[in-house]
Amino acid sequence: MRHTLPRLVDALFLLWLVATLTFLLIRLAPGDPASLLVSPTASVAQIAAQRAVFGLDGSLLEQYGRWLGALLRGDLGTSLALSRPVSSVIVEALPLSLLLGGVSLALSVIAGVGVGGWQARRVGATSDTITTVITTALYAAPSFWLALALLVIATSGPAVFGAPAWMRLPAFGVHTPAATLSGWPAIVDVARHAVLPVLVLTLTGAAAIARYARSAIAEAWRAPHVRAAVARGLPSRALRRRYVVRNAIAPIVVLVGLALPGVVAGSVFVEQVFAWPGLGRTMLQAIASRDYPVVLGLTVLYASVVIAANLVADVVAQSLDPRRRPA
Amino acid sequence: MITPPRDARVRAGIWLLGFLIVGAVVGPWIAPGDPVSINDVMGTRLKPPFATGERGAIHVLGTDAFGRDVLGRVWIAARLSLAVGVAGSLLAGALGVLLGALGGWVGGVVDRVLLAIGDAMLAIPRLVLLLVIAALWGPGLPTVVTVLALTGWMGVARLVRADVLGVRIQPYVEAATALGVPSSRLLVRHVLPNALGAAVVAITLGVGNAILLESGLSFLGLGIQPPAPSWGNMIAGGREWLLIAPWIALAPGIALVLTVIACTLIGDGLTRGGPASVDERARS
Repeated sequence: MRHTLPRLVDALFLLWLVATLTFLLIRLAPGDPASLLVSPTASVAQIAAQRAVFGLDGSLLEQYGRWLGALLRGDLGTSLALSRPVSSVIVEALPLSLLLGGVSLALSVIAGVGVGGWQARRVGATSDTITTVITTALYAAPSFWLALALLVIATSGPAVFGAPAWMRLPAFGVHTPAATLSGWPAIVDVARHAVLPVLVLTLTGAAAIARYARSAIAEAWRAPHVRAAVARGLPSRALRRRYVVRNAIAPIVVLVGLALPGVVAGSVFVEQVFAWPGLGRTMLQAIASRDYPVVLGLTVLYASVVIAANLVADVVAQSLDPRRRPA
Repeated sequence: MITPPRDARVRAGIWLLGFLIVGAVVGPWIAPGDPVSINDVMGTRLKPPFATGERGAIHVLGTDAFGRDVLGRVWIAARLSLAVGVAGSLLAGALGVLLGALGGWVGGVVDRVLLAIGDAMLAIPRLVLLLVIAALWGPGLPTVVTVLALTGWMGVARLVRADVLGVRIQPYVEAATALGVPSSRLLVRHVLPNALGAAVVAITLGVGNAILLESGLSFLGLGIQPPAPSWGNMIAGGREWLLIAPWIALAPGIALVLTVIACTLIGDGLTRGGPASVDERARS
């Protein structure tokens, strides 16, 4: 805790800076949201009234003060395009994004560390080289393209090979349209819709983690104390658990924290391709309709998630590895 | 001074990138038909890969919904995508070197402000930042390059700043100071050349990343605008034909994957021990 408090203060300062920069970025952009959102025949007075409704009147500093004050009270403002509070827009989309992001992040870590650890025991072997080629290709593939490729395979693949109908996975949305399911069948329905987007996010996420885990774990195996333990004849399971994992886990924890923006970015594309109405898709729609309060609110939300994740990853890594603690 | 790189990954990456660059230069010339303009749409559209077109020419990757040769368009798009990637990464790198050197050399308040702004910008996922700026300032080629530079300088700036701080306490810098070399000349002639190693690697790695981001923006309609072909907007354009003619959307993606693999291989090889610093790899 002694080491955590100053970091917490730093993180809050960073969050304020992010909020301020985002506010400036959006407000200094060309174009006036008030004149964009009134009818073309509106008079100057009507535009001015609209501006007041949106909180766009007064100097930039006044607007900033009002916005920051509201933000501190937890008020993100009202969506211009949807005419409801930004927080309710976010609350509606958040669980869907958490479902995709959470499941795929967990699977990515398990698969990535598993594959990386498996490779670390056979660095230089043919199986390692082949796996590296695969992970590098997946890491290089843009998620939207991977999503489209999987979509082709999942929709026309089973049909071509005469697979049963239940293997044809739905490619759009969260629920089957017009289906009145409840209870268990409804959950299965959502899960089936989630398979393809989760698969895309997991493949790219796991590839990135595996590439890093491979070198981190291989390095841990090469450490002198591990080699000494090998020479002493310790069984390999005890070696792995007590010597290697303990040394390799801290960098991997930090990596997972750093991988989070990637999950966010990936989910923007994946949600777009699979018509999954989560935060990423909400963001794209808000940008398209110039819905400034939603864009601002979501950017601040994204940044706070990233800052919090880095903070947590650092603190966890420090508690796992005393060498990381500041002197 | 130039010796062939010993690392097999760097060699493989350079060969792959070289192949793509040659393809971008000569590919559009040898493609059957005109890959840009539209001719006999009904007769030539949606031909599958290896179909024979007019005058016996073979469409290796088929044709798109307007009868244009997909491979020819992939090569034309390669020109734009590669150029945008290199320009975006170089500009970001230049900005990073400038701001990093400024912070590390001047120190004090300037350094702390630059560090804080860099940290704040790193906290916003880069894609979100790109989307917001590109959308607000209007999509298009100049916006994409500018935005890539504005959102990509932080990593390089950190590296250069750290190296400048390390180099400025070297005895030869002290000696030059004692000889009365002016501060600006000291920075440019003695400090910077010795503080750019890591930055050059980061900029190289940044090319693949910039190409990916450009394709993403173009896919979402916020980057390169059709009819100018970029890999991203070709994939977006092929989306409606995905189930009838999947090659239209999949072919540019394969070119994209090969390009990013080439950049990743070169970057991995240059940083030796495998994946580069974690900061550079969190692609966002």
